[in-house]
Amino acid sequence: MSTTPARPVISPTERDSAGDGRPESPPSIRHSHSRGFGMGFVIKLVLMALINAFGLLGILSAWAAESWGILVFLLLALIAADLVYFLPTRRMLPAKYLYPGLIFLLVFQIFVVLYTAATAFTNYGDGHNSTKQAAVNQLTRTYEQRVAGGQEYPVSVLNADGDLALATVQDGRVLVGSAHQALSPVEGATVTNGAIDAVPGYDILDYGQVTAAHEAVMDLRVPVSDDPAVGALRTDDGRTAYPYTPTLVYDEQANAMVSDDGTVYADNGQGAFVGPAGEELRPGWRVFVGLDNFAAIFDPGILGGPFISVTLWTFAFAILSVALTFFLGLLLAMLFNDKNLKFRNVYRAIIFLPYAFPAFLSILIWAGLLNADFGYINQVLLGGTNIPWLDNPWLAKVSLLLVNLWLGFPYMFLVTTGALQSIPSELYESADMDGAGAVQKFRSITLPMLMVAVGPLLIASFAMNFNNFNVIYLLTGGGPQDLESTTGVGATDILISFVYKIAFAGGANDYGVASALSILIFIMVAVVSALTFRRSRALEEIN
Amino acid sequence: MSTSRVSNVASRKPGSRSRLSVGQRFARGGWKHVAAVIACVFALFPLVYALSASLSPTGSLLGSNDLFAEITGANYRNLLNDPQNPFLRWFGNSMLISSITAVGTVLMGAAAAYAFSRFRFRFRRGGLMSLLIIQMFPQLLAFVAIFLLLFSISEVYPFLGLNSRMGLVAVYLGGALGANTFLMYGFFNTIPRDLDEAATLDGASHSQIYWTIILPLVTPILVVVGMLSFIASFSDFLLAQIVLQDPQKYTLAVGLYQFVSVQFGENWGVFTAGAILSAIPVVLLFLFLQRYIVSGLTGGAVKG
Repeated sequence: MSTTPARPVISPTERDSAGDGRPESPPSIRHSHSRGFGMGFVIKLVLMALINAFGLLGILSAWAAESWGILVFLLLALIAADLVYFLPTRRMLPAKYLYPGLIFLLVFQIFVVLYTAATAFTNYGDGHNSTKQAAVNQLTRTYEQRVAGGQEYPVSVLNADGDLALATVQDGRVLVGSAHQALSPVEGATVTNGAIDAVPGYDILDYGQVTAAHEAVMDLRVPVSDDPAVGALRTDDGRTAYPYTPTLVYDEQANAMVSDDGTVYADNGQGAFVGPAGEELRPGWRVFVGLDNFAAIFDPGILGGPFISVTLWTFAFAILSVALTFFLGLLLAMLFNDKNLKFRNVYRAIIFLPYAFPAFLSILIWAGLLNADFGYINQVLLGGTNIPWLDNPWLAKVSLLLVNLWLGFPYMFLVTTGALQSIPSELYESADMDGAGAVQKFRSITLPMLMVAVGPLLIASFAMNFNNFNVIYLLTGGGPQDLESTTGVGATDILISFVYKIAFAGGANDYGVASALSILIFIMVAVVSALTFRRSRALEEIN
Repeated sequence: MSTSRVSNVASRKPGSRSRLSVGQRFARGGWKHVAAVIACVFALFPLVYALSASLSPTGSLLGSNDLFAEITGANYRNLLNDPQNPFLRWFGNSMLISSITAVGTVLMGAAAAYAFSRFRFRFRRGGLMSLLIIQMFPQLLAFVAIFLLLFSISEVYPFLGLNSRMGLVAVYLGGALGANTFLMYGFFNTIPRDLDEAATLDGASHSQIYWTIILPLVTPILVVVGMLSFIASFSDFLLAQIVLQDPQKYTLAVGLYQFVSVQFGENWGVFTAGAILSAIPVVLLFLFLQRYIVSGLTGGAVKG
């Protein structure tokens, strides 16, 4: 293979150290650094300057936003980048090539996996999505009442670098205040007919901008003065504001929220304030809950029932998808593995098309074809029936497998065709000599040889289908929904679409339980892969 | 193993194929053609249906059932002239996001594969093993964490945070090393090392060897990996839906889904028109690169 006859110094077996596990490259290879000030060096300098600028910008904004975690990471990553690319030592060579990919891998793959693992042990979700301090602030704002006899303030909403503020005119003076700063007069503002024209250092939001930032405007509370009893201004429409005072106050000593009628809502240790009758104040905050989320998944009274049926269907779906696509693909591959077949290449090109067509589009097209009332299959192919292809729990499963068969068989056709062609024809010739029949040749030669090549691909295909969110979500949405269950789970939900529903689509966005379920999926896929892994050649290639 | 089992078969029937009569041959071939045509109809019919629906004048699901009864471009006109659903922008977004992802994935994956294949360093074995394990965990599963991470990043780099196209690219690039380094690594190992040595003797630096000698030789695998990562990000629905919130920034997958998620039947013509237009570049790319892809597939690549 490696034919460079001009250089017969070292024999190929000696030279090819990819497989022999020697710790150092042979002495004859010396990777020198880019020397001099050529084009490459200039490009490197420019790139490194950009990276440093980018990193410093991030460090400064992280400082301003008080995101200490991001700041520390950026600092370390930037120092590492400069060391890797500027230290003149050969030991940094591999790092030069690995660094860019590793950074992305660290942040968007490893970190998110670890973060998922950490979230799985918290009650993170709607109503528990921030710190206790934030929950207290939010509660104080939610439970408030208009100050009796408080005057009406005509206001304008201002913006200074993303911080909202309110401005009002009183006795001809313009007063400005923000969440951190009580109303106080400013100099240099101009007023026409009682309406504020300009305030130095601020932009005045027009009606459209106020509408666009409606939630932030609603959340804004501007203290009227330094005395909290006077209340804080709140505006619902961006034009008029009224002073409000909180009816619920945090009592630090008692670690409880106290209402103005004397009711005490105590911290229950589960991330919420709970009143005497057991009523919970929303929002609560995020706390560590140990294995509670996992317990909820396995508890038949909570998620246990859906979890078991969804898991079973996930395995059935993944295994059947692989099996069906593989057998159809193999069948066609054997059919076309005949050089005398006319139009063979035309057939191949056509069968290739479903693979080339973007899957998310073909799934949606199938959803239209299978529509019970207007779809082509019911209306035309079956002459106007009303078969609920996607609305009956069992038919929906069949439809999913059919669509996934359509999506997947070209891939299996392609790989089995390749594998069939790589089986040496001498094997078949000697089998013919020994008088083996077609069935025996298939069982003794084709299948074993095929599995060596295609086996790992079947595992990979299983793993992919195990988490095939697109086909489930776009074809049936996991439905038809199980109306008896409060979780929103449907008959065709697989684990990953179930996670999606728990996290985003259900009534409560329960990130904690969703993460715990993700971890369980990780474990299932890992176990299946590990079991089959030992047989694959992948490990041997590493040395 | 299998050969020895075969050679044990006692009876002999040499050359059974050559003794077929013309009639038998025709029967066998004819049967194959029937099966092939059925397979082709199965493969083609949803696509043909979509093409017909996109050209139908009614634009509804029910009205699309008369295949090619009447052909108009009305759906295409509506698709391209809808300010609420800026199809061309989505198209541009998808192309931009997927192209950058593909190029980034190829560059970073190839660099990593080169390091693992050509250098010997302390964490090499451990690194390869870790990659093999990490690639088993689909990034998709961590979507909750990705959402929260981008939320925090928004405060530091607004152009990389939630609701930004580059943020989505960054997320996709997080999967660059895990997914395909292994595929590339195997391919890099097949390039003989004498080439590196010769170049080193001639005074080439490691980067010159990488860019001018190795990369041109591994082009087939680069094409496959780039193509697969293009398709994977082009087809991704879940992450794009979580990250992108502004209709102006949608990708095709998120945008076209809007057509059918509300009023499924009503927008059918417009949706199919969008589907046909979006699929054309991808299908062409696939057909154009078919040869490379087939070789890459047998090497272990899976399309998302």
